[in-house]
Amino acid sequence: MLDLIIKENKQLSSQYSLLILTSPDKLPEILPGQFAEVRVDGSQTTFLRRPISIHFVDYELNELWLLIQIVGDGTRRMAEMNVGECLNLLMPLGNSFNFPENKDAKVLLVGGGCGVAPLLYLGANLKNAGFEVNFLLGARSKADLLQLCEYERFGNVYTTTEDGTHGERGFVTQHSALNGSKFDYIYTCGPTPMMKSVAAYAAKTKANCEVSLENTMACGIGACLCCVTDTTEGHLCVCTEGPVFNITKLKWQI
Amino acid sequence: MANLNINIGKLQLKNPVMTASGTFGYGTEFSDFMDVSRIGGIFVKGTTIRDRQGNPYPRMAETPSGMLNAVGLQNKGVDYFIDHIYPTIKDIDTNIIVNVSGSTIEDYVETAEKLNSLEKIPAIELNISCPNVKEGGMAFGTSCLSAAQVVKSVRMAYKNELIVKLSPNVTDISEIALAVEAEGADSVSLINTLLGMAINAEKRKPVLSTITGGLSGPAVKPIALRMVWQVAQAVKIPVIGLGGIMNAADAIEFLLAGASAIQIGTANFIDPTVSIKVIDGINDYLDRHGFQSVHEIVGALEV
Repeated sequence: MLDLIIKENKQLSSQYSLLILTSPDKLPEILPGQFAEVRVDGSQTTFLRRPISIHFVDYELNELWLLIQIVGDGTRRMAEMNVGECLNLLMPLGNSFNFPENKDAKVLLVGGGCGVAPLLYLGANLKNAGFEVNFLLGARSKADLLQLCEYERFGNVYTTTEDGTHGERGFVTQHSALNGSKFDYIYTCGPTPMMKSVAAYAAKTKANCEVSLENTMACGIGACLCCVTDTTEGHLCVCTEGPVFNITKLKWQI
Repeated sequence: MANLNINIGKLQLKNPVMTASGTFGYGTEFSDFMDVSRIGGIFVKGTTIRDRQGNPYPRMAETPSGMLNAVGLQNKGVDYFIDHIYPTIKDIDTNIIVNVSGSTIEDYVETAEKLNSLEKIPAIELNISCPNVKEGGMAFGTSCLSAAQVVKSVRMAYKNELIVKLSPNVTDISEIALAVEAEGADSVSLINTLLGMAINAEKRKPVLSTITGGLSGPAVKPIALRMVWQVAQAVKIPVIGLGGIMNAADAIEFLLAGASAIQIGTANFIDPTVSIKVIDGINDYLDRHGFQSVHEIVGALEV
């Protein structure tokens, strides 16, 4: 458990905030895809910790970034926190994304809504490892496309919006970038229907595909067995065996 | 520093703080956060004769000051426990107690018999109160007759300490406690979760795949405390209290109500180190009030 201090709270839109956390101590090593269980103080309706993806880690500045989407009172309380306040986190939790063995592999990172969060840190790590990174980010509208300039630091960015206000109109799986190119490795995080159609595209084009699941959780450390997903090995905890799963392990009808 | 040692029958505890089944895995999940050997005992995950996949997702719903779960006794079965898990936990320097569940009396007996031979398992907790399985579990714990039958059969087959975990989903929990005491239970633990339900109104659907589930957390504490009080008045065997304990003050309330020891459950999910804090908090309370031993506050409620 770590108590981190809010260094900055950037309100990105009415629904999203970026919390930049820091600590007097060095941050632990965090792998792309891992998450934190965040304790929410001062909310009457929030009892359990909230699982939040690690959005980015800047070891030089000793910063940990969390992208918060306001969906209930717990996330609202987090998004309203002030600079200097403390946030208690259990982290780093879960497994991480796997990198292709071949450095020439074409990689695509597909995110929707708040599911784009873990892809920034993944993209940064892939770029550091020498891969050419392509992001495909989808949202309802331009205002919901978050942090685009941050993604642009690490790779090519393609976007879709449902209302056509940014990038191509439609869903991520309809983007023209998918037609011309063949990707070897696809990573995805976002709403389940989106991830399933990305997984179907990956299966069709014989790309390796890893998805990051967001099942509701209690403990985050494999004790309560609440967050399970059905796999070829039976019910597995998303918090400890995931959140990242290769689609071949999941029992998805795709 | 007060004396925190306490016995539950033949079971010797270094302190009265233990962790509840289904909330602490096999203990090893928490060893990154704390020295698990400091706690008085670990009740490991519910174990059945054969492996169980448990209920489909979603299995959990957060509720005001608590949560509903419908895990449904997911575990790999008693043989897997003996061969693969026991060797990794047997040297933890605390009491490892196995929670045993079943669908038939034979299941319970057979599982208990297999656990008899394990040197480092000093007790089992007979779960006759799980609300999340279709057959068995709570069905045994909600009538005096069936509770007595299963305890009688297991008692004949199991030689070590036999703890029976009681269901709160009954009209009079003291009657059930008396029935299991009469059949040879060495102690009782209570309460298991309360049967509850959550609905997603927008979708007009139940939140849990099983529609109903077991409620735990601070929301249930007043009920648990009342039941521990009632049972402690009724039986002569030791009572282990649990239900919504979040801190040392809550634990002390259970001890005052008549529990000789307590279990911490859902609170482990919010703070994995809470049990250590509760141990230290009980010690501070005893020192502050001038008690030499934790024995002095068991059932010390002044009414």
